[in-house]
Amino acid sequence: MALLEIRDLHVGVEHREVICGLDLNVHAGEVHAIMGPNGSGKSTLSHVIAGKPGYEVIDGQILFKGEDLLEMDPDERAAAGVFLAFQYPVEIAGVTTMNFLRAALNAQRKARDQQEFSTPEFLKRVRKVAGSLNIRQDMLKRGVNVGFSGGEKKRNEILQMALLEPSLCILDEIDSGLDIDALRIVANGINGLRSPERAMIVITHYRRLLDHVVPDVVHVMSKGRIVKSGDKELALELEACGYGQFEDAA
Amino acid sequence: MVALQETVERVKRIGDQYRYGFETLIDSEKAPKGLSEEIVKFISQKKNEPAWMLQWRLKAYRRWLTMTEPTWARVEYPKIDFQDIYYYAAPKPKKTVTSLDEIDPEILKTYEKLGIPLREVAMLEGVEPKVGEEDPARRKIAVDAVFDSVSVATTFKAELKKAGVIFMPISEAIREHPELVQKYLGSVVPTSDNFYATLNSAVFSDGSFVYVPPGVRCPMELSTYFRINERNTGQFERTLIIADKGSYVSYLEGCTAPQRDENQLHAAVVELVAVDDAEIKYSTVQNWYPGNSEGKGGIYNFVTKRGDCRGDRSKISWTQVETGSAITWKYPSCILRGDNSSGEFYSIAISNGFQQVDSGTKMIHLGKNTSSRIISKGIAAGKSQNTYRGLVTAHRKATGARNFTACDSLLIGDKCGAHTVPYIEAKNSSATFEHEATTSKISEDVLFYCIQRGLSQEEAVGLVVNGFVKKVLQKLPMEFAVEAQKLISISLDGSVG
Ligand SMILES: Nc1ncnc2c1ncn2[C@@H]1O[C@H](COP(=O)(O)OP(=O)(O)OP(=O)(O)O)[C@@H](O)[C@H]1O
Ligand SMILES: [Mg+2]
Repeated sequence: MALLEIRDLHVGVEHREVICGLDLNVHAGEVHAIMGPNGSGKSTLSHVIAGKPGYEVIDGQILFKGEDLLEMDPDERAAAGVFLAFQYPVEIAGVTTMNFLRAALNAQRKARDQQEFSTPEFLKRVRKVAGSLNIRQDMLKRGVNVGFSGGEKKRNEILQMALLEPSLCILDEIDSGLDIDALRIVANGINGLRSPERAMIVITHYRRLLDHVVPDVVHVMSKGRIVKSGDKELALELEACGYGQFEDAA
Repeated sequence: MVALQETVERVKRIGDQYRYGFETLIDSEKAPKGLSEEIVKFISQKKNEPAWMLQWRLKAYRRWLTMTEPTWARVEYPKIDFQDIYYYAAPKPKKTVTSLDEIDPEILKTYEKLGIPLREVAMLEGVEPKVGEEDPARRKIAVDAVFDSVSVATTFKAELKKAGVIFMPISEAIREHPELVQKYLGSVVPTSDNFYATLNSAVFSDGSFVYVPPGVRCPMELSTYFRINERNTGQFERTLIIADKGSYVSYLEGCTAPQRDENQLHAAVVELVAVDDAEIKYSTVQNWYPGNSEGKGGIYNFVTKRGDCRGDRSKISWTQVETGSAITWKYPSCILRGDNSSGEFYSIAISNGFQQVDSGTKMIHLGKNTSSRIISKGIAAGKSQNTYRGLVTAHRKATGARNFTACDSLLIGDKCGAHTVPYIEAKNSSATFEHEATTSKISEDVLFYCIQRGLSQEEAVGLVVNGFVKKVLQKLPMEFAVEAQKLISISLDGSVG
């Protein structure tokens, strides 16, 4: 059974259909890359999987671990293991990153009937992950993403992902705005989380991320559908020839 | 948007979930309904007051007859029938209580339900915290509990007495320390000040009195809990705090009331006097019953609070968390009379359901080099209206006056309103007044970000709002900050706790 199974998904935004019959199967242990031109619906897809309000699912089904994901509230989806690293992470003034991490982790553990972590155990985990991502302690004491640079925000997304240990990670343009060193750090963070129980969907415009995080499958998305799937060579082909040839297919 | 709609709906239910809405069944003694010279005399007599006090009240009463209710605030309510209110209610027995054992056990139970420990033993239980690692949860707090119109218990009197601090019901202070009361009562808020303050001066029944002698740092937090229990009863408490030269005191005030269909009037007066080099920190967590989800019932909270920085280098700081009441009309203010004196106002005002809040402060700069700071955080949800009204003035002689004001409003949903009405008046050119104001809506994207990480809708709103008010929460004493933080979450989602 696939971890994530999307069947004939149609989604409308503001009375316009932006996902138009999309099918996708992702198995545990796999990394899928989704590439595609601006406005093709990549972020929309990630939002619909995570349950963001404002989208109308016109038709189709999304199964996660065999369960109807669309019936679940977004916080239930998170507790069930769905994580979305946002293309544009928001700032939350007055709430320290540390408090935010703790609130999120405890909320998820509570929803899963697990015990909350003790303070020392929690701190130990945060420090370990933050260290490996080169995130300074003083950043954890600042408001969530407040005054963070673009690259710092992206690293903060990976920090949250590593701490929450989800089973499905959706990374929406995690590589945008990263310098070369940061890209390597983030990619290492992602690779460190690859495991047979966990699947990843990596949305990106650039091959260079996929050189570090090597995908099992590459999909091309255009006009709300997946128009071609292949192995990692497809990313190279796209970089050489652009999306033109697939737009016609869509 | 779906998420927001849910919040708005949860918010609507809050009126039916007021945690302190129980009532206590005790016998009480009331004066007949309505107000007249006879009633004023009755109250004065019940309190065994000296003649000067009765004269003071009667003068206020006669003055009140000539006054009309203020209408400038942005609040709407049906006309109050002042003859349809009880002006005095006291729990029986009426004999003076000398120890906690003589208090009606029902009243003690009420305060226990509210989480307010009146028994000193309970507070002293357990090991004393080691030096240098003071446990804030076990810090001593002296409590004065006011039930309807009467102070029922004041704790830690003996220990305070040792330090020379006087902390007692004002009714007692009138008898025991007439010279202090006569000198200061009405010296900050004159009996003629405004409609409600004048009414209070005529009929106030109890409240707290604090005097901190020169050079004394009050050894513990002082606190008063006000509880309205009786039906149709107005509560008019009067608080007077005097910090003599170089002294310091921190005072906390909390209030709750049962859930009732009719509106109840609360018209308190609080006067603070800070002499040279003295500092008073006054914190309030106001949680009067706000009315139900249809806007029925709730307390009308028409309060006059003013501090006089009478001495040089004196300091008065107001911190308030306003979550309750159907209507709030309240402007804790500072008169910066002494040179180099300073005033602060930190406020969180939350309105929800059909609540109306018109609150703010006045900073009156009279002395030289005086400074003031105003941080106001208003949060409006449901169908509520939330107004910040502030006045900052510098007198002609107030050279070097400085003020900084920051007013931020947060809207939850689209049926509520937030308004900022700042008045600024500088009569001399050396004054520096800065004013910043922002209004924002709670952002869908921020809420979704939190929810995607596993927080429920309520937790997300609570987290974002607590972040918004953090700067003010930090000004509260630790015990209150924790309570206030919970209260904020409760009053905004109505489903937690
Ligand atoms: N809230 C919204 N209101 C109106 N239109 C929207 C909204 N969200 C998305 N769209 C539209 O849906 C389409 C798909 O947008 P989406 O953000 O999913 O694209 P994308 O593939 O992630 O693009 P990019 O590569 O630029 O990030 C676009 O045409 C966009 O304008
Ligand atoms: Mg996108």
